[in-house]
Amino acid sequence: MTATAQPEIGRARLRKEDEHLITGRTRWTDNLVLPGMQHLAILRSPVAHARITGVDTTAARGMPGVVAIFTGADLAAEQGSLPCAWPITEDMKAPPAPSLAVDTVNFAGEAVAVVVARGAYEAHDALEKIDVDYDELPIVLDLAGAAADGADLVHPDLGTNISATWTFDSAEAGTGGDVEQAIREAEVLVQRTFRQQRLIPAFMEPRSVVVDPTAAQITMWSSTQIPHILRLMLAMTLHIPEHKVRVIAPDVGGGFGGKLQVTPEEVIALLVARRLGKPVKYTESRSESMLAAHHGRDQIQKLTLAARRDGTVTGLKVELLADMGAYLRLVTPGIPILGAFMFNGIYKFPSYHFTCTNVFTNKVPTDAYRGAGRPEATFAVERMMDELAAELSLDPLELRARNWITHEEFPFDTVAGLTYDSGNYEAATARARELFDYDGLRREQVERRERQDTVQLGIGVSTFTEMCGLAPSRTLGALAYGAGGWEHAAIRMLPTGKVEVVTGASPHGQGHETAWSQIVADQLGVPFDDVEVLHGDTQTSPRGLDTYGSRSLTVGGIAVVKAAEKVIAKARPIAAHMMECAEDDLEFTGGRFRVTGTEKAVGIADVALAVFAAHDLPDGVEPNLDSEATYDPDNFSFPHGTHLCAAEVDTETGQVRIRSYVCVDDIGHVVNPLIVEGQVHGGLAQGIAQALYEEAVHDESGTLLSGSFAEYLMPSAVDLPSFTTGRTQTPATGNPLGVKGVGEAGTIASTPAVVNAVLDAVRQFGVHDIEMPCSPMRVWHAIHTAQGGAR
Amino acid sequence: MRITVTVDGTTYTDEVEPRLLLVHYLRDRLGKVGTVVGCDTSNCGACTVHLNGHSVKSCSVLAVQADGGDVLTVEGLSRDGKLHPIQEAFRDNHALQCGFCTPGMIMQTLDLLAEEPDPDDETVRHGLEGNLCRCTGYQNIVRAVQDAAQRLRGGATSSGDAVIKDAAKAETAGGVR
Repeated sequence: MTATAQPEIGRARLRKEDEHLITGRTRWTDNLVLPGMQHLAILRSPVAHARITGVDTTAARGMPGVVAIFTGADLAAEQGSLPCAWPITEDMKAPPAPSLAVDTVNFAGEAVAVVVARGAYEAHDALEKIDVDYDELPIVLDLAGAAADGADLVHPDLGTNISATWTFDSAEAGTGGDVEQAIREAEVLVQRTFRQQRLIPAFMEPRSVVVDPTAAQITMWSSTQIPHILRLMLAMTLHIPEHKVRVIAPDVGGGFGGKLQVTPEEVIALLVARRLGKPVKYTESRSESMLAAHHGRDQIQKLTLAARRDGTVTGLKVELLADMGAYLRLVTPGIPILGAFMFNGIYKFPSYHFTCTNVFTNKVPTDAYRGAGRPEATFAVERMMDELAAELSLDPLELRARNWITHEEFPFDTVAGLTYDSGNYEAATARARELFDYDGLRREQVERRERQDTVQLGIGVSTFTEMCGLAPSRTLGALAYGAGGWEHAAIRMLPTGKVEVVTGASPHGQGHETAWSQIVADQLGVPFDDVEVLHGDTQTSPRGLDTYGSRSLTVGGIAVVKAAEKVIAKARPIAAHMMECAEDDLEFTGGRFRVTGTEKAVGIADVALAVFAAHDLPDGVEPNLDSEATYDPDNFSFPHGTHLCAAEVDTETGQVRIRSYVCVDDIGHVVNPLIVEGQVHGGLAQGIAQALYEEAVHDESGTLLSGSFAEYLMPSAVDLPSFTTGRTQTPATGNPLGVKGVGEAGTIASTPAVVNAVLDAVRQFGVHDIEMPCSPMRVWHAIHTAQGGAR
Repeated sequence: MRITVTVDGTTYTDEVEPRLLLVHYLRDRLGKVGTVVGCDTSNCGACTVHLNGHSVKSCSVLAVQADGGDVLTVEGLSRDGKLHPIQEAFRDNHALQCGFCTPGMIMQTLDLLAEEPDPDDETVRHGLEGNLCRCTGYQNIVRAVQDAAQRLRGGATSSGDAVIKDAAKAETAGGVR
């Protein structure tokens, strides 16, 4: 038995996951081949809104290798409606959401028919022979237009395009004052309307699903973030007894919220497999993925910030329009609501009002995308703070310091009704300033302005916090979410002292196997390499709520700690029995129970072997050290940080180049700094991509123009800078490890830092906003327009 | 059509449809599922393999074009149970998260380093421009490629160690990389 001298938590352990990924020994869903397996191809609507008046599959059925074809009408009786688990208001309007369209299509890309064939090529060949008659209906695309009176309707049966309106008011909630009064009495008012463009999650592994209906349990392999939720939802949607379904998420190639879904393709595959009695596989192409997997963001944000001339903010009013797309998917309506609690950021705003109107359009549904609601809110408040600073000719960091919660004021009850447990915005900001050379860059900025350099320098600030670690179940209940926010873990002590850890979190690149091994190694005092982490299969891991919302460590990791504590508690009386001492005389450190004040000790592995033999256990003690724990957090975790971006803007071409990017994040204690670093880098990349590159663009017929990686500008290595990252450590007080979530922080913080930098460079020309992404054309056009077209 | 292709050292002869893509031949006919498909426009590079010593996107090559050729995939890189230095460098620099782009990145790196054994940051970034990653933000991939370059040139130290030391430093007092 090895006692680990150095704590595992905090070590930059190389990942256990990597060896098989770098050698190509992978288990992607699309790799699976099962006996008798058939291949599916899906016919998708080329039009955004139409009545289906006829589907002729005769020619397609005669194609070589084609086994069957199903239309929406064929599956109508059994497909039910795809689930929406977040009815945000009691009167929320939700249209039925078939997996395979029955009589209307409501977005271009919606599934209309499915071909089953011997091979994937043959299945795709047959798609071209299916003849669908569409009777086109008025197309609703513009978000503001859709919400206006008299608009054409996406779902005429609902009588409106408005799904729900959700409001929070600090005066009503008793968390603050009346924002209207603050606006009336304001010495300075800043009003802006920002557009959160529609984004595509664009995980690298296209979605894939395999279903085997040939055993007592129907088994589904899916490239999903949520095997547990998927199993439950399949059971509830399709009325299959839950114990007759097993879901496996094998290796999953990224998700970013995009695989937090119960998809039409999963339902279709299951229904077809059940009909045929044979395994089936469906793997989407990238083009299909861009077209039909859910999108993210897509809001219009109207903001009114009231302040005094000394820079003290007195109130913030937020009026949102949020594009749902054509249907409500798993958590579509709740995404903007997750932002409702974050528009006040790190600040002591005394009054706050939030209204969100959720609107249907003829586009693919929106849903979770990395940050989910919080990037939108953080962007808005951080942009507004920079605008206010400019209005008052104050340094943007100084303005923030006049409004932020100071480190002595924690825990702090916010105007949006949350309690921030901890934080130190001063320390993170001071460190970021230093790393960035803030004062030096400000001097250079002045020089460039004075000499009217064609390349101007802008400095963007984002001092963010976010709520993550979803979530206290009671809070979710109060928000009408359909499930809790706990997580489950189990630990199995094997007779040889090796350990199996079962987690309900479901990784898809985050490195749970490594991080959980570190946690267990410390808790049980066993070697890192003696721990195996199992996940992603409802048979091995029967309980869980999966991975999203930066929840895995702060909820799932803590469940692991709790399970380990139970293992030790079970082992203690046995160890006492083995050494013929009282339990109270034992201390457990470094994997050994020691009789206090003596050298007498037994290792946890010795106890595990004794339990296995069970020859001599105390009376009434079961021969088993295995333990389970389900952990429900009391509060969210609130990572925060200060991000500073220096951007060079070529005023003649509109080209933006990020010259330096510094972020100092405070995520409390760190289990594995290597993994944290990677999460921050990747998060930054996605936030920067929203600021500068990515946008889902539709033409006037509702066709997605940015439907491949040739048009959707997901950044490559040449489009991104190297980042300078630092950390401060203010431990979370709500969990025993003092950890906070880190999966989304970079994405949440970086978008406003970059856009603020761009505007800081061009504000001198009279530019006060540039719609994202800040492409060369948009930046050039903004400068040109502000200067009266004379430049 | 009948083709004969050597893949990772083994020679195969097969009847294939003329339209069959090389990547599908590798995955579906030979079981070389370490090579993956990430897009359908040859933008993402996840399917990158070597054909006759140069990197190609195997989604943009027909299997029949590989007739008589020699294909190397990520599965053929490690020898005698020993990882290739590029594979080691990717692991040691935490240059992968979900790992889906990794086979393509590694195979493209092999090509890049054959042409430029000591690339600077910009050279690496341009050399990998045709390979997309959604997880890492590329910074650790760039480091991994430079680390691999050093290993292949016979340098003794690896920046993988530096990453770990730096990350540990950042842990304590708002350190920086």
